Amino acid sequence: MERSEQDITRRKFLNRGFFGILGAGLAAIAVFFGKKKHNPKMVWQLDPQKCIACGNCATFCVLEESAVKCVHAYAMCGYCDLCTGFFEPKPRELDTGAENQLCPAGAIKRTFVEDPYYEYTIDEKLCIGCGKCVKGCNAFGNGSLFLQVRHNRCLNCNACSIAAACPSGAYKRVPADEPYIIKRVQHA
Amino acid sequence: MISSRYITIPIIFLLLCTQTLWAVERFPPPDFVETDHKLPSTDYITDVTPRLVLYEYIDVAVLAGTLSLASYLVLKNRSRRAIFALMIFSLLYFGFWRKGCICSIGSIQNLVLSVFSNSYVIPLTVLAFFILPLAFTLFFGRTFCAAVCPLGAIQDVVLLRPLVLPKWLESGLRLCAYLYLGAAVLFASTDSAFIICRYDPFVAFFRLTGRLNMMILGACLLVIGVFIGRPYCRFLCPYGVILRQFSRLSRWHATITPDECIKCRLCEDACPFNAINTPTAPWPASNYRKSKIAITSILIISPVIIFLAVLLGASISDSWSKMNPTVRLAERIYLENNGMVEGTINESVAFRSAGTPVSELYQQASIIKNQFKFGGRLLGCFIGFVISLMLINNSIQRRREDYQTDRAGCVSCGRCFQFCPKEQERLKKLKEQSA
Repeated sequence: MERSEQDITRRKFLNRGFFGILGAGLAAIAVFFGKKKHNPKMVWQLDPQKCIACGNCATFCVLEESAVKCVHAYAMCGYCDLCTGFFEPKPRELDTGAENQLCPAGAIKRTFVEDPYYEYTIDEKLCIGCGKCVKGCNAFGNGSLFLQVRHNRCLNCNACSIAAACPSGAYKRVPADEPYIIKRVQHA
Repeated sequence: MISSRYITIPIIFLLLCTQTLWAVERFPPPDFVETDHKLPSTDYITDVTPRLVLYEYIDVAVLAGTLSLASYLVLKNRSRRAIFALMIFSLLYFGFWRKGCICSIGSIQNLVLSVFSNSYVIPLTVLAFFILPLAFTLFFGRTFCAAVCPLGAIQDVVLLRPLVLPKWLESGLRLCAYLYLGAAVLFASTDSAFIICRYDPFVAFFRLTGRLNMMILGACLLVIGVFIGRPYCRFLCPYGVILRQFSRLSRWHATITPDECIKCRLCEDACPFNAINTPTAPWPASNYRKSKIAITSILIISPVIIFLAVLLGASISDSWSKMNPTVRLAERIYLENNGMVEGTINESVAFRSAGTPVSELYQQASIIKNQFKFGGRLLGCFIGFVISLMLINNSIQRRREDYQTDRAGCVSCGRCFQFCPKEQERLKKLKEQSA
């Protein structure tokens, strides 16, 4: 039983059939998921309203120095002399001495504006994203300090390892054209 | 029942009040009458933008380019050296420069999540990363594995002393990859975890930082990879499992010899991946009978295999559902509420401060648990099916007259080309022509 190359054997027929099915399947996936109107690039961000400042952001990021940093919504800040985001719970003195500061990295700068107001700015290069100041500010202050994923640092991993460790489910994918969730003043 | 409702509603109301309280200004912002101090702008937060979408499209273009080039090098140029060079480029670009994310292997999960979640839509670039290698494989074989995938590349570089595994061990270990694929789909479809990314052994090397246990696992795989070619690709890679099936049907595929096999046996030991099929000896007619009996008996016991696998799937589904954060939280809250554990954890504190009713949490958790129950059985069914098919495939006796690449297992690395005397002849001719 000689078979020439051109003959369509059963094996060849099945082979071509499955080839067609797989090809069509791929095309179908491409069309079905590609034609959706709104599939923008997504990036990770944390919702500051859900954040409980547990400190996981500092330790669970795949980067040695976390992509999460503390940011400041100045419009919400009370410019307090005794800032509970800046000072230890019972500071010996209200000055910039290291023993009085809450921030383990000394990343918050305290500058005098006018009596009795002080401005607090964050040096992002030093910030490690531990959220100690955020916790303090939320506990007794206006909550103007909050954590955000900084997109110049974030690698945008497909599965964010901080998101997997976040106890309050604050992490979510957001569209890349609106990559931040900024806290705003809420007047009651 | 009614009395408990009377109690819970005010409690929920109170919780909601405390929730909004901390966002209210306790200290009104100052108006700076003395110094006319201007509030610094918060634009500094939003000025730091993510990587441009344009660059993502460049990544897709590089992927398409490297895939095309790899296919050309494997099928036309037939130069292992060029394939190796392209592989190093991919390792540097997709691995060390792009830090291994997004990769085609992980994109399986994005697609699955996109199918099952109503909030997540797969971005176009991720979709391209999923589809392009499959499409190329359907036409040219696994050229993606040969020279584009950074995970394959990092293992290929360290393969110095290849040992050949027996075929039965090879297909037995390959079952892990099917299981990994099934588990990844299960966890992604329930939005529990992206396990392919979480347990990616080499991404820590690409980023030069990462979790210690994954670093150790990656290092172990690389050490094993010195002797056993591409252990992740062959025994774990979930994308490889899909690529195998596409490669079986590929229109064109890498061949050992450029024209005709002369059965010189020189290529027999060339492949470190067990992907060269040797010619079969002519067998007596009684072999057909044996083979038929074997296949029939496998067909008869395959329902039993599938049934057992489904039972196994059902029994693990409960423990696997704990990978889901909602299920974990619900169980913790249940334990705390019934005084079965002391104290609280961050998760339960966050849950209570958010003020979601416990019943809602329990309901969500039970929905997810049911999904796992169903999914676990489905996974078991899939694995049983795969085992049966593997057994059948191994007991079918095929007649082969030439040395051929095993289309499913061959990663088109091009190691075997230079072993073929016909290839040497071709190269000699090319040299003469150019001279």
